[in-house]
Amino acid sequence: MELIIQISYLLAAVLFILGLKQMSSPVTARRGIHWAGAGMVVATLVTFAAEEITGNEQAATNVMLIIIAIGLGGGYAWYTGKRVAMTDMPQMIAMYNGMGGGAAAAIAAVELLKAQAAVQAGRASSIHDYLGADVAVLAILGAIIGTIAFSGSIIAWAKLDGRLNSNKLLPQQQLINLVLAVVLIGLAIGVYLAGSLNLIIAFFVLALVLGVFITVPVGGADMPVIISLFNALTGLAVGFEGYVLGNAAMIIAGTVVGSAGTLLTHLMAKAMNRSVANVFFSGFGTGPAAAAAADVDGTQKEIQAQDAGIMMAYANQVIVVPGYGMAVAQAQHKIWELTQLLTEKGVKVKFAIHPVAGRMPGHMNVLLAEAGVPYDMIYDMEDINADFPNTTVTLVIGANDVVNPAAKKDPASPLYGMPTLNAEASQNVIVIKRGRGTGFSGVENSLFVADNTRMLFGDGQKVANELIQAVKEL
Amino acid sequence: MIEGLAALYIFLLAGFTGFEIISRVPVILHTPLMSGSNFVHGIVLVGAMIALGIAETTSQQVIGFVAVLLAAGNAVGGYVVTERMLEMFKTTGKPGSGSDKQGAHK
Repeated sequence: MELIIQISYLLAAVLFILGLKQMSSPVTARRGIHWAGAGMVVATLVTFAAEEITGNEQAATNVMLIIIAIGLGGGYAWYTGKRVAMTDMPQMIAMYNGMGGGAAAAIAAVELLKAQAAVQAGRASSIHDYLGADVAVLAILGAIIGTIAFSGSIIAWAKLDGRLNSNKLLPQQQLINLVLAVVLIGLAIGVYLAGSLNLIIAFFVLALVLGVFITVPVGGADMPVIISLFNALTGLAVGFEGYVLGNAAMIIAGTVVGSAGTLLTHLMAKAMNRSVANVFFSGFGTGPAAAAAADVDGTQKEIQAQDAGIMMAYANQVIVVPGYGMAVAQAQHKIWELTQLLTEKGVKVKFAIHPVAGRMPGHMNVLLAEAGVPYDMIYDMEDINADFPNTTVTLVIGANDVVNPAAKKDPASPLYGMPTLNAEASQNVIVIKRGRGTGFSGVENSLFVADNTRMLFGDGQKVANELIQAVKEL
Repeated sequence: MIEGLAALYIFLLAGFTGFEIISRVPVILHTPLMSGSNFVHGIVLVGAMIALGIAETTSQQVIGFVAVLLAAGNAVGGYVVTERMLEMFKTTGKPGSGSDKQGAHK
């Protein structure tokens, strides 16, 4: 049986890797998640036969508890996962990720408590004496990482879900975090060397607090980077606890996610022109640079939906630049309808997606896909930037910072250096916007006052409807 | 059990594998992929089941129970949301299986 279990774990690990690999292309992506899901089912089922579970006195009770816990946890996640709106996807991923981190930490807690009991009963002199040095170190490391990912992810979820808006906690937060981190390492060493129950409890409590303290000061715009980082950290924690339990599937899957997640975090931070360290140790736009770059001269010129519609209907090519504002206004379905009308009239329509459009890279693609936009009409920034000069009308809806020319031209702007979409290079730009305010970063946008730009003020969905009417009437 | 150097090999190779998988992914799939990798570390469920299985005292059982509860949430939730996202991707020429459901939206 042991051999069957091990082979099943190996099979699961292979299915995970092949599944993730297939998720790297839109054509095979869906098959990918099915394969990975099959791997998970196989791994879970064979674990019921594992010696650790069947081979002891409380087997009956514990197996029952396992089934109840899977039913409750899985049922809750199934229910929430089926219901969550596509716009709320980032925080839901944060939530599920936090649960994984918490689970890894809890595994470590069980191991440490068992070792602690052995020390207390005199069967070992310390926790590392009972577990072995390597297992003890990785159990404790996994506990730290998993716990921080757990409490941090919950804060990330609360912030993205609009339940927590404060960025400030205590004065000198960074210094306090540093001190806490040092104390936490001290406690970790204490747990390793000694093994008192109080030390273990203090260790976990402090790690929980640190996760909260690290995440609270991070601004909303940087949240995707944090979520991605916690995702990678959870993977790492799972890999470490896999070593503790001697479980190959956990080691492989956890480590794959750990490294893939680290790279993904780096890619996201790069797309946003932020370093990962920067995200943690400074608020966005709080420096003097933000104030200095805030001046934009010129006036915003308005246009009516009727005229905008005519302009697009007679265009050769229209590029739509959607932002999170479009999703908030639930305008994506209307925009797709408009796109279909324009296509019927012989206008070539493309969608240009900035890497950080939406709340995390790729989020906008999901929202467009939900509205029915085929993915071969959607272009990444690198692929479409050269195409803007050949474009009659660029329709910017609910996006702001990602089309701000200051990122290319103005070294004083906090956005400077961030890769942006060259919307200003197209012949005409129409910007659909609720009002005259600034974007997520609070930075003024010189595109809005450019000579070839017309502003179309109003709620995204309502304006899109008016555009559809205007095009239909032609 | 997997120990010492053998484990180090596995860690390293798995690390490279993860790196390779991500480096070829178009931005359009980043969110589903983050969600997908989030699902994959739901394998922690297997460890949580073992942790509850080896629990001896009540406090260990409680923590083990919480571990399985959270891990099952990670695995099931991660799968459901990833599947929902990927279900929607389709091309102009060949509508995918997600197209039927999209009709209801309009």
